[in-house]
Amino acid sequence: MLEVKDLHVTVEGSEILKGLNLTVNPGEVHALMGPNGAGKSTLSAVIAGKDGYEVTSGEILFEGKNLLEMEIEERALAGILLGFQYPVEIPGVKNIYLLKAALNAQRVARGEEEIPAPEFMKLVREQLSFMKMDGSFLQRAVNEGFSGGEKKRNEILQMLVLQPKLAMLDEIDSGLDIDAMKVVAEGINSLRNADRAILMVTHYQRLLEHIVPDRVHVLVDGRIVKSGDKELANELEARGYEWVLEESAA
Amino acid sequence: MSAAHAFLQRLGERADDEPTWVAARRQAGAARFEALGFPTKRDEAWKYTDVRRIAEGEFTLADDAELDEARFAALGMPLDAHRLVFVDGVFSTALSDLTDLPDGVSVEPLTTAMRTNHEAIGGAIGRLAGVDFSPFTALNVALSEEGAVVRIGQGVVVEKPIYVVFASRANESARMSHPRVLVMAGARSQSTVIEHYAGEAGAANFTNVVSEVMLERGAIVDHYKLQEASSEDLHVASIHVEQGRDSRFTSFNLNLGGALVRTDLVTDLNAQGAETNYNGLFFVQGRQHVDNHTLVNHNAPNTFSNENYKGILNDRARGVFNGKVIVKRDSQQIEAYQNNANLLLSDRAEIDTKPELEIYADDVKCSHGATTGQLDEEAVFALRTRGIDEQMARGLLTLAFAGEVMDQVRLPVITERVERAVAGKLPERFNLADLVEVSDALEEA
Repeated sequence: MLEVKDLHVTVEGSEILKGLNLTVNPGEVHALMGPNGAGKSTLSAVIAGKDGYEVTSGEILFEGKNLLEMEIEERALAGILLGFQYPVEIPGVKNIYLLKAALNAQRVARGEEEIPAPEFMKLVREQLSFMKMDGSFLQRAVNEGFSGGEKKRNEILQMLVLQPKLAMLDEIDSGLDIDAMKVVAEGINSLRNADRAILMVTHYQRLLEHIVPDRVHVLVDGRIVKSGDKELANELEARGYEWVLEESAA
Repeated sequence: MSAAHAFLQRLGERADDEPTWVAARRQAGAARFEALGFPTKRDEAWKYTDVRRIAEGEFTLADDAELDEARFAALGMPLDAHRLVFVDGVFSTALSDLTDLPDGVSVEPLTTAMRTNHEAIGGAIGRLAGVDFSPFTALNVALSEEGAVVRIGQGVVVEKPIYVVFASRANESARMSHPRVLVMAGARSQSTVIEHYAGEAGAANFTNVVSEVMLERGAIVDHYKLQEASSEDLHVASIHVEQGRDSRFTSFNLNLGGALVRTDLVTDLNAQGAETNYNGLFFVQGRQHVDNHTLVNHNAPNTFSNENYKGILNDRARGVFNGKVIVKRDSQQIEAYQNNANLLLSDRAEIDTKPELEIYADDVKCSHGATTGQLDEEAVFALRTRGIDEQMARGLLTLAFAGEVMDQVRLPVITERVERAVAGKLPERFNLADLVEVSDALEEA
């Protein structure tokens, strides 16, 4: 589904990703771990299409198509959704507006009719209660005045409504207490299926106790230096990143 | 021949059967206007607004109000209202609808009101805005002929809005009109008055309107000025409000159209408990120029004013906001809040904003602020990552910026109109009405 090939990315003149390779297949959950500054968030930002990241070489294919030539919204409509580490507050735009506009944009792109209002409301209400959010969230401006945990739940709510093919979660666990973490993890786990891929960027192993990944990658200094299964995450938790660095230097 | 003198040539075109005192008033207006001349950028109040396009224009007075139903329907709002329609300043009986006016309410064209009740009307008109306020009010006094007179009796609650439409036609040659609006709201009455300036595409007329609104004790008036003239129309408006004890005036100055638009809004809070609210929104693009000058005079203790003006400027449009609050000596226990926020959608758009407070009392709560910014690019990005295209994302965020003001609007048809104008002009496909329905359904559920 997603193929990242020898990706080099520069931000304000300094190279952050230095030849990153990654393949994610449908049905898989990948965790990208690594010390601060390794470039973890850069990868998801580049995939989503954020400004200020210059791809100097390499390519990213999504379902065989060149992702780097697509507009930001085209990537979303193709099925890629980024859950932000710091969700943006959008004063004056109600959550419900965003959800409906986004869902209809997808449907229109697929040549479908816009969703009828009652059907939409039913869908949203179900997902809202799954995320343990009350109806008032829909009437509030997107993320405005939300607590850290509420913002993250709101990101997952959007995923549940929009049902992406590739869900990317950038440090979704940051700023969550244990209860919020469980709700968020349940939401993410409910997204797992044979057709969908999930790419999680995380600093801590904690999240992976709730969402067990198929593959774990260690990103150090702009490259993936080690990949393994969920055991790798446990090892990182126990031993830190030092040994991986030494191993990769050897 | 000066530009001012050329305008006054039109005086000669008047019917000469007017009462002597009316003619005398015209002469006073004409003399004042001729003495002042058109303002120039050297006048502080006109520093950023160049009126040469008006001064150098050639305008004649319309003598008919011909506009068929279809053309009118394209301009007016579908409102269940008491309706008075003027076409290039001329009253249209055919397009007006003054049936089922409640008892105690009169809504009439000025000429009729003057005929039937000339002492009351003649005494009131010009009391708040005579020849001295500006060259344009003087010109209006000299040339005004028609207008709307609304009188609401004590304690009367007028359920339907009073809807005054000033339609500007696409004429072969440019017309000018100098209408008056007079609203006399009796004690404890409640009413909504809408002044709607609507223009056909290509209309290039000059409207110079003066409105006076008088609120007696405890009266409540919601006043809407919706300006949707064509992008070639020239528009100068002066709105003067006088408030008695415990009265509440709420102004919505919603400006979408026009090539050159100047609005002055002045309120005198003359007795305790009087409250005035100024809500303003202007959305300009192309080379539109809009200038809002507002003034609140806190002439009495225990009075309240709250002003929120939002400007959205695209392309090479230019905006001016000058908001002044004056708290007189001994006007204690005043609250006065003022805010002007502007959104620049283009690097070449320009806004000049100047909030002014003059406070001569010590027990007051006042604040003022002005901000100018661009759309939040992080928010644009966030919306796009949800599949919303860039234009729509920008349109949505622009509407959101206007939201604070538009949320105060109590007439959905106006909200919809403004939203469609703002969103439509920023080409986008967002079906807002549909989402409003969903929202409503949600609230009912």
